[in-house]
Amino acid sequence: MSKERIQISEALYDIMPSDYQDLVKSATYGKDDRGWKDIGTSKELIEQHSLCAGCPESMAFRYILASLPNPEDTVMVGSTGCTSLVFPMVAVHNIHSLFGNQNAIASGLKRALSVRFPGRVKDVVVLAGDGATVDIGLDMTLQAWFRQEKFTTICFDNELYANTGGQESGLMQKGFVAKMAPVGKLFDKVRLPEIARESGCHYVVNCTVSKPSLVEKVIRNAVHIAREIGPTYLQLYTPCILEIGKNSMEGLQEMRDSEKPTERFAYKEYISDPAKQLLAELAAKDKERKAAAKQLAAQAQAN
Amino acid sequence: MAEIKSVLGTQNKKGQTYTDPWKLLNEAPRTPSFFTGSEVIKEAIRRATCDVMIAYPITPQSEAAALIGELFAEGYVGDYFRGESEFAVMSQCAGAAFGGARVFTTTAGPGTMRAMENFPMWAGARLPIQMIVTCRGINSPLSIQPDTLEIAYLLNTGMLVWHAETAQDFFDWILKGYMVSEEPEVHLPLALCCDGFFVTHTKDVVNLTPADMCLPPYDPYRSPVPCMDMECPPVRMMRDPFVMKSNYISYATHASWQQEIWAAVERSRKHSIHWLNGLIDTENTDADIMIVASGTAVSQGREAIRMLEDEGVRCGLVKVKTIRPWPEEEIREATKNAKHIFVPEFNVTGWLAKEIRATVPNHHRVHAGPHVCGGMTMPPEIIVSEIKTALGMKTFSLAGRGS
Repeated sequence: MSKERIQISEALYDIMPSDYQDLVKSATYGKDDRGWKDIGTSKELIEQHSLCAGCPESMAFRYILASLPNPEDTVMVGSTGCTSLVFPMVAVHNIHSLFGNQNAIASGLKRALSVRFPGRVKDVVVLAGDGATVDIGLDMTLQAWFRQEKFTTICFDNELYANTGGQESGLMQKGFVAKMAPVGKLFDKVRLPEIARESGCHYVVNCTVSKPSLVEKVIRNAVHIAREIGPTYLQLYTPCILEIGKNSMEGLQEMRDSEKPTERFAYKEYISDPAKQLLAELAAKDKERKAAAKQLAAQAQAN
Repeated sequence: MAEIKSVLGTQNKKGQTYTDPWKLLNEAPRTPSFFTGSEVIKEAIRRATCDVMIAYPITPQSEAAALIGELFAEGYVGDYFRGESEFAVMSQCAGAAFGGARVFTTTAGPGTMRAMENFPMWAGARLPIQMIVTCRGINSPLSIQPDTLEIAYLLNTGMLVWHAETAQDFFDWILKGYMVSEEPEVHLPLALCCDGFFVTHTKDVVNLTPADMCLPPYDPYRSPVPCMDMECPPVRMMRDPFVMKSNYISYATHASWQQEIWAAVERSRKHSIHWLNGLIDTENTDADIMIVASGTAVSQGREAIRMLEDEGVRCGLVKVKTIRPWPEEEIREATKNAKHIFVPEFNVTGWLAKEIRATVPNHHRVHAGPHVCGGMTMPPEIIVSEIKTALGMKTFSLAGRGS
């Protein structure tokens, strides 16, 4: 797969928006080893964003879009919330329809793409906030997993409703005082990673987005496993610095503090047996590919 | 169109021939068959080249939804599954339509209400999904009986809303519905409504088109908005998301898009006239008394007209086939000679009478009734009685009224 489908007719080239020209010239579509290191060196698949300055979600967005293994055949599904401020500026097809129905949209979408493009890879990736994933949309989140729908669900967990001004959410920590939790949240943070495992997800990771290389790895794993085996779930801490009283440069430290071994975003991973086998196969292929490339380079040098 | 033309005359994997839709519906031989309304839905979908059908149980549409599962098992439908609720099902339908599939679903009563948030979204996203609504009560205490109140809630969603009278209407309109819905200048969802049980669960003779002929497939690249399949460039659609912006550009964008949806409903008018042979059917429009109705109330009205004729009272009929687009001009013309316009309805509020009152001059001519609801049947005698009472004629006493 490559950039062939986004080529611009020569006659129209000069009147196309410059970000589209950039996309055609220097997007990483079709690049086998695309990843977070491409950020800043070639056209990114996210143009701008209207999130708050320093919002960790904006970085998470960049890492994810840089890490998708197959962006030229990936459709993303979003939901209402801060993410819906970013999606209109993303250079893969994306759908926003209602609040909380993202996994239902993705179920229908994935099936339609499978009917229309048999034998071709069409990845579907859901990206929504914790309110959409765990509160209003929990039913559809879980049912998609029960049905073993083959797409990835990513939850940007900022532990509250950020876009509406910091209200209590199911993923908020117990005791946190917020709007709609005037005396502190009375129940524990919902244990969605564990629920995801029990609901049939083949790959579940709970972590922060403090390390781009880690985000890249889990995104690639999640998309590959969803494509071949079944549902996958990533819960990524993207703190809302505004609503937890931090400054714009403090997001990274907040994530680092929250991923310590005893903290709620300590790295947690579950991989089913078939998924483990697939990852081993992919790693072996990758090794083979790298060895071949190395050999080719050595040969070229010898000549 | 090039792609559609190229498949005409070729066969699908079930050996059905992709046939010119106009020829299929107007010229192909018809076989009279004795079927329930639910079976008729199945037979229409067999010929509709559907990519995805999503089902959920709710009386009285469960049988039809399950029968389409059989079609899927036989290979006539691309994919099929049971969703978890009507809200989810309608979102799953949206996802499939965003992905370029021809989509079909069915629902009823409380299911329609539960799914309601999806319908303006479908219209706004220009998804030509077809949804059968087998109307039933939505009141509490729980009712599963026929009642058309839910149609009133669909009228301002931006969906096309048609109201079938018979199983024959149903068969033809399912297929014709896709033709209207999928027109590039329309590209809107269709709620094809019928009165639950009366149409779904009774047997009727329906003239079916040949089972080895089917509609050509949907071409998502004729859509006025991009199909979300990454087969066309993912060009950024807007610089700033409109959702949160409080400025004139944002308001103007939303306003113009709403206007465009309703302009598309208007543009469906000519296509609906073409395929349905007019938005209304009429009889005796020179009569002083007209009955205007939709759904099975039309059949009861027709019987009432026959009974009144026996007593020397001449009465005409307007069958309203499409509620959206609303046949404003047609109804005004058809009722221009009427001194009295009666609107029998299977719901308590009389939404159709309100629409007609807002349409015709001298609206005091409109008698909103008779109404039955909650599953009550509408014997033609009560229509006759309503008309005779209004005319000052002597009429029979209904049991229980104490008169």
